[in-house]
Formats: sequence, structure tokens, C-alpha cells
Amino acid sequence: MSRTYPDKPQSVYFFGTCLVDLFYPKAGVAGIELIKREGVDVIFPQGQSCCGQPAFNSGHRDEAREVARAQLDLFPKNIPVVLPSGSCAGMMHKHYPELFEGDRDYDKACELASRVFELSDFLLNVLKVSLEDKGDPLKITWHGSCHSQREMGVREQPKELIKQLSNVELVELKREKECCGFGGTFAVRQPEISAAMVSDKVDDAEATGADKLISGDCGCMMNITGHMEHRSSDLSGQHLAEFLWERTNGDR
Amino acid sequence: MGIVNGKNFKGRVSEALKDQELRGNFRKAMDGLMTKRAAQFEDVDEWTRLRALGESIKKRALSKLPELLVQLEENLTKNGIKVHWAENVDQANEIILGILQSHDVKTVVKGKSMVSEEMELNHFLEPHGIKALEADLGEYIVQMAEEMPSHIIMPAIHMNKGQIAKLFEDKLPGTPYTEDAAKLTEIARKELRREFAEAGAGLSGVNFAVAETGTLCLVENEGNGRMVTTVPPVHIAVTGIEKVVENLSDVPALLSLLTRSATGQPITTYFNMISSPRKKGEKDGPEEVHLVLLDNGRSDVYRDAETRDTLQCIRCGACMNHCPVYTRVGGHAYGGVYPGPIGKILTPQLEGLDNYPEHPSASTLCNACVEICPVKIPIAKMLVRLRDENAGNCPHGEHPVKGRGSKSSAVEHASWKGWKAMNANPTTYKVATKAMSKMGNLMPSSLPMLSEWTSVRSKPKFASQTLHDLVKKMDVKDD
Repeated sequence: MSRTYPDKPQSVYFFGTCLVDLFYPKAGVAGIELIKREGVDVIFPQGQSCCGQPAFNSGHRDEAREVARAQLDLFPKNIPVVLPSGSCAGMMHKHYPELFEGDRDYDKACELASRVFELSDFLLNVLKVSLEDKGDPLKITWHGSCHSQREMGVREQPKELIKQLSNVELVELKREKECCGFGGTFAVRQPEISAAMVSDKVDDAEATGADKLISGDCGCMMNITGHMEHRSSDLSGQHLAEFLWERTNGDR
Repeated sequence: MGIVNGKNFKGRVSEALKDQELRGNFRKAMDGLMTKRAAQFEDVDEWTRLRALGESIKKRALSKLPELLVQLEENLTKNGIKVHWAENVDQANEIILGILQSHDVKTVVKGKSMVSEEMELNHFLEPHGIKALEADLGEYIVQMAEEMPSHIIMPAIHMNKGQIAKLFEDKLPGTPYTEDAAKLTEIARKELRREFAEAGAGLSGVNFAVAETGTLCLVENEGNGRMVTTVPPVHIAVTGIEKVVENLSDVPALLSLLTRSATGQPITTYFNMISSPRKKGEKDGPEEVHLVLLDNGRSDVYRDAETRDTLQCIRCGACMNHCPVYTRVGGHAYGGVYPGPIGKILTPQLEGLDNYPEHPSASTLCNACVEICPVKIPIAKMLVRLRDENAGNCPHGEHPVKGRGSKSSAVEHASWKGWKAMNANPTTYKVATKAMSKMGNLMPSSLPMLSEWTSVRSKPKFASQTLHDLVKKMDVKDD
């Protein structure tokens, strides 16, 4: 999957996502700071809420559409919309056209979808950042979310950013491409299968000998770190944006 | 589906997850299959082109399915193959029984056929005094173990060598315990040779039925397919109506996609093209060839432009091999004939959502199956559609899936309406998120949904300030 990237814009919209908003706001702040540091203005429409994915994936398309519709007018300027989540980006980029098929807002939804970028992809391919690592030596591993990988084509971009950090050693998971078992309501509708999947994912992460697991999606993060805490693992998890910001801002 | 259905999915999942040996068998097998497949499609450009071709061939065939089926029947008949139409499994079973009885057949040897599993043919024939013997090694093993196949290509993939050795030792008198795969195959081969020679009829599936020429194509590795279609005096082929392709020239691309996706083989050992019964002067081949074309709900799937894509399936099983859910629970957990991702969309459409209510939700929508499908079936999209239908929210009212609304619950509808009310309006969103930031962490873990979550995870912690609040203190504009 390849897409055409725009030139570096003067300003961008930031869509925080509901999970970031409620559970990981620091990841959102870090994402905004990373963009601003490149001299790009960030606009955060206060009217934003959720992309609509939870209802869409659960079989409640009408509710999903109304929540998605509430976001359509919040990003009127023809500038990129950046999300610190591959999953929500996937919803807006790939599924909005599907969700609004035959609807009066179809064109609007398609236009918005075309401007949606996942944060790491945007930092690397549009802002072309080069990161200066100010942190101590650290070993980490990376979990790429399924929707980031397969709906946004974001596989190597986050790792490329991590590799720019001179003091960070990246050890890849044995089964990096495999789902962590979150899947939104899957985790509660099929709790036993989800538990088996997340447990295998944490086994895999522990086997790398890393100190931290980094991910670009808060759903996966909540699932994986939640299980790490539950089993009192030595590993901790962190969102990519927060990690990159901490490492490069000298902020510990 | 008489013996098993999807209703106790969760119970079977639970059992499967506890079985460490089973989980180990699947993990090992699926890891191996994924590696072998990946090696076949290293050239991404070639894969992209071939896959697009495969998809277009199947889409073209489906776009004119009724005409192609008529053409297929005409050409098969011209070639001397007798064609039978079955609307449902009962009719298909009766047709086959009729053919077998008219030849006084006592034993029918079978090649692998998922459609015959769908028909539960073996069980149907038994009380009529007809023995159906599976000749595919994997099928032979699961039949001996009195189980169903757990994979559509590799029926006995859930068993390891030790388990198969024990089974042979127990069920075949005079067989010593051996984990030597070659020896086990030899034992099966000896048993089967006699049956091939004595059987009154052979039964097989069909991989591609070519309308243009009236040819039935059969892909296999063991030679058993060739035996069942040439040695006995009568050959009966059974297939779902979606297996028809337009031209002979459509076959090579599909064959290449099939074998490489399924087992990671560049080509199979045997590729049989059956175009007629034995002709005058020919030394082998059956005197009679029949084809049973089964609908069993496929027309309903066909009728809707969106669900129709399901019928593109060429039964390679790659979606199973790459599915993190299948890898953990195995094929038997699904309860139907078709397990894994394709089973999750095909089975409820054929057998009704009410009989397989958990199938659509048993996926994280990780899209591994979508990424791998050689004919680009949008499995994730279809799962979401089936979830809509399960909840009674069918967006395409003219062609609802059988058993629609089977999981419709007033509580669930109300909670999504509440979710919408909160998220579709900035003011209610702010009020609600503010309340959650302040009080959310006081929610007891025993709440429904949260208790499922916290069974293996810590409770998610609401941040004291939302991102909406934090950005107000930053140099960030609102619009």
C-alpha cells in the first residue's frame, strides 16, 4: 500500500481519539508537540469526540454514522488530519467512504478520508523529521497494530523513527505481525480467546529482553499493558508519541 | 448441520484453549504453513498481479454464474457426464443414494470433498448399508478417530505424529506403534489399495468446473483422487455451484494461487482433468460419471451484491493458517464444516446466523485473512456486515442473511444509542468525559464487560484531565 504524501504543510488538524482523550492524554500532547517542533501549527477542534469505530465494528452502523457525521465539519480546511492511532486513522481513511455510501455526506466523508494520516507515517514521510536522542541507553520492542499495518500501510514507519534514536536498541517481536487480541469489543465478547492472544503477545515481548514495549495504538496499549500489570511483568508499555517526545526533548 | 452446530462455540473454545497439546500442534503447523506460503510469494509484484487476476476470474465467473452453470451442464452432458441439481443437502444425499443403489454399491471410496462434509454424506449412507471410506490420508485419519476435519485442506492438522501413531495402533489390528510418517502412510496405503480395487463407486469433490469445455478439475497430492476417479466403475463428483469458471484458460492462475496459498507448494503432485467417462478402447476410467451441483443456500448468498464476494473462495485455507483465532482454538471449535475466517462468514450465511451466533464476533478484525486471501475476499467487511445483521441492523434490507437479528438485544441497542448520544454532540461529550475523568476510576471491576476485561488485565485508568483540557493550556488553536 503506498500513498502520495503532500508537501510539508503550514498547519494540520489533530484528531486526538477518544481513548487518548480519556486514558492517554499525554500521548496526544506529545503528538502535538512533535508536530509543532517542526514548525507546523496544530489545530485541535474542541468539538471532536470519537471516530465512530466502536459502533461500526460492533454492528451498529447507524450510530457509528451519526457520530462520524459529527466529526465531518470539524476539519474544513484542506490540510492534513493527523491521528496518534492507526486504528482510528484506518476508520476515517478506509471506512468512512464505506460508512457513508449512499449518504448525503458521502463526498464530504471521502474528502476527509483522503487527508487522514497516522502520526508516525506523517512525521516520517511528510515532516521528514530527524530525531536527536537525549535519553540513556534503552532496549525496547515494538508492537504494530493490525489496523495500522493493514488499513493504513504503516509497518516500517514507526520503526524507522525509533531507529533514528541513537541510544535505543530495537528488538523485534518474534510474531510482530500477529494481533494482540484487543479488537475493541472482541476482548469482552470473546474474553477467553482474547486472553490467550494477549498472554502470548506478552510472552513474546518478555522473551525479547526489552525494558519497554512501544506501540502506536491505544487500544493495543491498554490491552497489552493491562495484561503486563495483571501478571506483574517487569515490562512496561508506552505510546510511541510519548516515547519519542520524552527521548528527544530531554524530558524524563 | 446435524451433529454439531455453532451454538456452543464458547464452550468448545474453552475446551480447546485448555488443551495445551492441541494448541501446540496448531501453533507449530500454522507457523510452518505461513513460512512456506511466504516463500512462494516473495515477489510482491507477481503476487499482486496474480492475485488481481485470480479475483477478476472469480468475479467474472460469478457475474454470469447462472449462464455458466447452464453452459457447464450442456457441455458435461455432451461429454457423457450426467448432471444432477440439488437445492439442499437432503436432495443431494438422495441423488447420490439413488445412483449408488442403482449400481448395488456397498462401498464408496472418497477423495476429499468439503461439500460431502457439508452433506454429512457418510452418516447419511450408513443406515442404508453403504460404507463411505475416506481415502485422503488426513480424512482417513479423522474418520478413524471418529472426528470431523479441523481444516479444509489438512483435515488432521490438529493431531501430532504421536497421536496418529496411537490411533493406528488402536484401530488397525496388528499395527505396531510407529511415529515414522513414511511407515504410517504405507500402512494406510495398503489398507486403501484393497478398498480402491473393490469399491463399487468413487466420490470426489471438484476444484474448478470449466463451463467452456465441460471439464472437472481436481487438485490433490496423494494420488487417492486419481484412484477414486478412475478405478471404480462409477464416479460421482459433488460441488457447490460457485466452483464454476468460464474458460479453461482461467484455471492456471487459480491453480497457482490455490496450491501456493494452501500448502506453499508451487504445484501439486496430481492435477486431474475429468472430461468424460471411459471411452471405447480406453483401458481405464469409470463407465459412468455424475456431477451433483449443490446449492444449499448459495443462491441466497449470491443474490446480494455484497455477500456474493463470499463465493469467490477457492478453498485454499490460507485464511485459517494466518488467523490468530483459528491458530489458538483449532477447527473443531467452530462447530461447522468450514472453520476459520472463511467459515466465520460462509457458515452463518449458509446455515443461518441463529445457528452460528458467535461466528461474526469471533474475530478481532485484524485483517490478516484479508491480507492473505488469494482472491481478495473482503472477509473483515463481511464480518462487520454479519455483525450488523446479527444485531438486527441489516443495512441491505432486501437480502437479509438467514437468521438475521439472532443476537439482537434491547440492552445492547440501548447502550449504543447512549454511546451515540454522548459522542455525536460536543457538549454531551464534554460533560460525559469530564464525569469519567473524575469518577470513572471508581467503577467496580465487577461491572458487566469490565469484569470480562479485568479477568486477565488491570482496569484501565482514566486520566485526571482529558486531552481536550490539556490542549487548552497549549499553543494550539481550536479551529
